[in-house]
Amino acid sequence: MSKESPANSAIHSLAGIKEYRGMLSWITSVDHKQIGIMYIVSAFVFFLVGLGLALAMRIQLMVPVSHFISPGTYNQIFTMHGTTMVFLMAMPLLFGFSVYFVPLMIGARDMAFPRLNALGYWLYLFGALMMYFSFIAGGAPDAGWFSYAPLTEKGYSSSPGIDYWALSLLVMGAGSVATGINLIVTVLTLRAPGMTLPRTPLFVWMIFFNAFLVILALPALNAALVMILADRQLNAHFFSPVHGGSALLWQNYFWLFGHPEVYILVLPAFGVISEVIPVFSRKVIYGYGFLAASTVAIAFLSYGVWIHHMFATGLSYVILYVFAGSSMLIAIPTGIKIFNWIATMWGGSIRFTTAMLFATAFLIQFTVGGLSGVAFAAIPIDWQLTDSYFVVAHIHYVLLGGTLFAMFAGTYYWFPKVTGRMLSEKIGKLHFWLMVLGFNGTFFGMHLLGVAGMPRRAYTYLDRPPLGTLHLISSLFAFVLALAILVFLWNVVRSLLKGEVAGDNPWGGWTLEWATTSPPPVENFDRVPPVQGRRPLWDLAHKKGGSKP
Amino acid sequence: MHGQGLENAPPSIFNGLSARSLRFLTKDANSQPRMKLQDTSVFDANSPQARAILRLFYFDLVISAVIFLAVASLVIYIVIRFRQRPGEGEPFQDPGNPRLETLWTVIPALILLALLVATAYTMRVVNPPVIRSDPNVIVIAHQWWWEYRYPQSGVLTANELHMPVGKKWLLRVESADVIHDFWVPGLGAKVDAIPRNQNYLWITPSKSGVYLGTCAEFCGEEHALMGIRVIVQPPEEFEAWQQSQLRVPAKPSNIEAERGARLFEGRTCMNCHAIAGTKAGGTVGPDLTHVGDRQTLGSGAIPNTLDQLTKWIMNPQKIKPGCNMPNLKLTESQAHDIAIYLEALK
Repeated sequence: MSKESPANSAIHSLAGIKEYRGMLSWITSVDHKQIGIMYIVSAFVFFLVGLGLALAMRIQLMVPVSHFISPGTYNQIFTMHGTTMVFLMAMPLLFGFSVYFVPLMIGARDMAFPRLNALGYWLYLFGALMMYFSFIAGGAPDAGWFSYAPLTEKGYSSSPGIDYWALSLLVMGAGSVATGINLIVTVLTLRAPGMTLPRTPLFVWMIFFNAFLVILALPALNAALVMILADRQLNAHFFSPVHGGSALLWQNYFWLFGHPEVYILVLPAFGVISEVIPVFSRKVIYGYGFLAASTVAIAFLSYGVWIHHMFATGLSYVILYVFAGSSMLIAIPTGIKIFNWIATMWGGSIRFTTAMLFATAFLIQFTVGGLSGVAFAAIPIDWQLTDSYFVVAHIHYVLLGGTLFAMFAGTYYWFPKVTGRMLSEKIGKLHFWLMVLGFNGTFFGMHLLGVAGMPRRAYTYLDRPPLGTLHLISSLFAFVLALAILVFLWNVVRSLLKGEVAGDNPWGGWTLEWATTSPPPVENFDRVPPVQGRRPLWDLAHKKGGSKP
Repeated sequence: MHGQGLENAPPSIFNGLSARSLRFLTKDANSQPRMKLQDTSVFDANSPQARAILRLFYFDLVISAVIFLAVASLVIYIVIRFRQRPGEGEPFQDPGNPRLETLWTVIPALILLALLVATAYTMRVVNPPVIRSDPNVIVIAHQWWWEYRYPQSGVLTANELHMPVGKKWLLRVESADVIHDFWVPGLGAKVDAIPRNQNYLWITPSKSGVYLGTCAEFCGEEHALMGIRVIVQPPEEFEAWQQSQLRVPAKPSNIEAERGARLFEGRTCMNCHAIAGTKAGGTVGPDLTHVGDRQTLGSGAIPNTLDQLTKWIMNPQKIKPGCNMPNLKLTESQAHDIAIYLEALK
């Protein structure tokens, strides 16, 4: 750490940091902030690709019996859309925020293992590129993002797509476990003096427990991926029923990973919301203890609900009762969070910045996704609606209306810290409203499509009211959603070129990342402020004023 | 909007498949008065099982609506009431109230407990565990069609499931290849068809009519065109249908049909398809013994007419790309003769 860096106050853009100049400084970097930025930018690029795939599907489904895309191609597209959004976009985006902000928020200079951090990113990037290489290597994977066996066995899938899928996820999975371990060790060992675990910001707390989810859930997937590769390449028969294997074994492995994975994608979003809402409401978080404890409860319970993806596979009643119960149970800690965030806003002095607007929309949209999730825990409803468009609506309300909205809240909140420049609030609000309109217009009708009997993953449908109308509406709003993303992109580019200089703490934040410059220098802090509570900068300001409440 | 979709689509064999023509196609097997094509919606419940699920769904929707309105109105109130006002000082820093928080832990828990009880009760009504295991019909899913076997009578058919109205039937659902899923929303629950596995489903259709369903688990290239058609008939009509299915169809009666029959035997059709009373005994594709009786072809992909069947025989890959029936490179007149032969099989 450069003890006397007088130049720090002059830094107000990434280009102002001399250590970050030149391509080589990024490729060889072990700096958590550079790696974080690379994660986020890569995730955004894959987000645009995934969005393009989604638009292709929406064009295909605009009218019944459409011939825009052939069935084989459509199946590759929806598989790559799901795989891209979950593994190539959402996870790296969350890792990007994690490795960027966790060290800053606990007052550390870097991650505990900076080289491991870099390894995690490059494993992800090359894994992702290998996944897309499949398009020119004989065909992309085409069995859906959860690739149920035995459709993935050689006998039913002769293109190399599934091999690429499994190998890429294996590479990325190894990187994810490494990053998970790194985050745990960082939080355990590098907190600033005075920052006990219960004093960590909720974002850090949630990332900490999320990292446990990552290192315990990914191995189930990695093991299953090795098994399917062995089946395909070495004629093993793990998942091949005709040779004595089990088709359901794959589902158990996949969802033992897959359901914790959903929470892996949601907990960081909860963390962001838990930072954004208090700052813009100018209030301390309501019920830190309940929010922290409910996070632990979610992490635990998420391992005990995976069967709810398999309610229609004909399991015994004992198993069904247990998993219906556990799936409903996990709604309780989630509900606690919603009410605690609302209570934080209650009585506040709320600044409706773009970040706060996204957080507010998150509350409502995530509630919709949570409630449709409870419907699937009520098993007979699941028997009707699983594998229909109702599921498509549900997962998008959770991961797009929930996680992605929260990450946009986080983006508008922390962009000034990362780049030193403010995003335009005016363009931001346009982005927000287009996004609310586009998202709900695209996905709300999908609940109705599911109820009307539309199965998911179908490349076309026969002309039967009301399917055509609902699909057409959904497709049109999907373009509004895409427009919203373009507006965001415009906002980012404009801000990087001529955005207003942010200063250290434009929002009046209370956590340690706001105590350094924007963007933070290499190794983050000249001096870490004393930590005597959960809001060090608040304590600092109020001690000076002598009016500590 | 729906009609418009088809007019915009490029001309193709699918053009026969507007909602209107689907309705027209719902003649029953014996060409008796047309049967109603039921809505494919979980709200149009036509069995006690589907109605039980619907009641649970309504219960869940009411709970969801109350919770959603509570959250949404709180948020909206907050947005209006607690927006920053000019000159406002620092708000009161309320760190939380464990009693209040316990309240919003316990109340949702009680609501969910009620839902869990309703769930367990409904499960028993919809699909109670099977003790006797002699099903009324065995459903075997294939890539991408359905085989139906009636073990009591020995009837074997494909793609169109006939059931008597008002009888509580047990379906045993299996798969010949990958995982599929049998789903007819109007009649109730869905269940996966899993290779080397047997699943059971109770259905008591309470109204005659034609019910559409579909494979709901992604099963490969033609997952989308793996339609299910359930024809629910009065018991006497069902009995008559069953008897007709047990008869060996008459020999070809004209020159075209005879030519068609010879082609069917000579051009490898019989390697995959079976026709009772002939040498054809293949089991890879659907049994064609009474194919002339069926309303649709290709698992609901096209209406069963002479013209459509001819096009199908000439190039099934154009209608259902990726399906397991190859293009046999037959001339139009050969395909026409085979179609004449097949359409007469009743």
